[in-house]
Amino acid sequence: MSQQRAVKTDSKLEKILAAGHLAVTSECGPPRGSDPDVITHKGNMLKEYVDVVNITDNQTSMTRMCSLAACIRLKQLGVEPVLQMVTRDRNRIALQSDILGAASFDITNVLCLSGDHQSFGDCPNGQNVHDLDSMQLIQTVRYMRDEGKFLGGDDIKRPPKMFVGAAANPFADPFEIRVPRLAKKIAAGVEFIQTQCIYNLDKFELWMKQVRDRGLHEKVYILAGLTPFKNAGMAKYMRSRVPGMDVPDDVVKRMSDTPKEKQAEEGLNICIESIERLKQIEGVHGFHIMAIEWEEKVPEIVKRAGLWPRPEVS
Amino acid sequence: MIVGKQKPLDEIWSMIKSHKNVLVLGCNTCVAVCHEGGNKEAEILSSLLRMRASQEESGIAVTNSGVERQCEHEFFDSVKDAIEAADAVLSTACGIGVQFIAEKFPTTVVYPGLNTTFLGAVEKIGVMKEKCQACGNCVLGETAGICPVARCAKRVLNGPCGGSTKGSCEINKEVDCAWQLIVNRLNALGQMDRYETLAPIKDWSTDRAGGPRKQIREEIQE
Repeated sequence: MSQQRAVKTDSKLEKILAAGHLAVTSECGPPRGSDPDVITHKGNMLKEYVDVVNITDNQTSMTRMCSLAACIRLKQLGVEPVLQMVTRDRNRIALQSDILGAASFDITNVLCLSGDHQSFGDCPNGQNVHDLDSMQLIQTVRYMRDEGKFLGGDDIKRPPKMFVGAAANPFADPFEIRVPRLAKKIAAGVEFIQTQCIYNLDKFELWMKQVRDRGLHEKVYILAGLTPFKNAGMAKYMRSRVPGMDVPDDVVKRMSDTPKEKQAEEGLNICIESIERLKQIEGVHGFHIMAIEWEEKVPEIVKRAGLWPRPEVS
Repeated sequence: MIVGKQKPLDEIWSMIKSHKNVLVLGCNTCVAVCHEGGNKEAEILSSLLRMRASQEESGIAVTNSGVERQCEHEFFDSVKDAIEAADAVLSTACGIGVQFIAEKFPTTVVYPGLNTTFLGAVEKIGVMKEKCQACGNCVLGETAGICPVARCAKRVLNGPCGGSTKGSCEINKEVDCAWQLIVNRLNALGQMDRYETLAPIKDWSTDRAGGPRKQIREEIQE
């Protein structure tokens, strides 16, 4: 289990990780509309089973309810949110401003991302911003928190106290720089990592070995990403159509060889078996369960994987 | 060089059809190299427009001429009279040439015959690729001579992003991932240790973000 690290924020996620527990996080996609019940419904479903819930920021570049507003909804429900922020849609003024807005509601976790290219979404003719990149956003949040200053140099009254996260994709190319890239994010100030969905466990184990060889697992908390397949079609789609995703053929075959009415169950089995194997890997500090439009299965996954009840921290 | 691409003939026709006397003016430097707007292409375009005028039984007269470059005063002497005689000029230069004519001939209507596409190189004959976005603050010294500002779809300065797959960008398999190219070249140069240097937050005030740019060489300024 990981060594104790100093807690710097009021984040429940940080406290759970620092206490040496395996953390469990999940995510919620905001609705394509203004109905607040979508978020409260998903939040209530996840509340007792995960430590914190990420709110995605216009994922796959589809315009949705903003992440910040949905995070506030979760917070009011008593669920600790992780504010996902992409650098695609906002410049450094807007990013800093939203960080302060989130901090004003005592949102204590942020995940810094570059975001999918807008060509995947509903506004392919729009501009992208990319004033900062994800590493520079990490630096920005840490600077605001630790130095108590804006990028422009002025003091911030009541600086944001956020636990700073980022994504890592062990499966994207080129593989040789995947660990150096993690080192670079750590140098930028990242404190926790949620990985891309893991289906190729052999490759993930190799990546983690390289992470440990450089001692990086002692500098950052790594949460292994998991997305259960609902059916064989989803496995095939993710193998061939989602950039940076590595779904081995034998996993797709296992889904395809399962009768249609049992495929959902098999998808959950694969997910739970993966968690069991990932638990054995030194340096894995928890799990990020992204059940895409299938949030109702998260409680079952958490229970069957022996990750329930969740620890209490204060 | 500046790369351009001719606008569709229908769009050009709709711009000029209300005029009586149109001069198609080529620019024989950058846009000649990409075979889109040089003096030869201006001549061909002029013929196509005359054919269109004949099909549409329009009384419009279309002539053509050309200069070496439409972005410097000295090249306009030979075509000044032809421009002033026309009631509209269809320039096949880049957007710079079109605007230069507009400023130089305040009472002459000018239209763009090309879309200015990018600053690029001729990778091989007939294939042009974007290489630079004129951000005004060159980072090529830190990125192994490959520009992430122009060649990464997210202009990620600390790349690659998670969408890089088998050397291609997430937006399209036909687009090279700039950061894969950078890593390949750092490897070839034996400089992989430089990969882990964090690129600082960029000053974009020298880019278009800072407003229209101007540059003066005082010692040669007239």
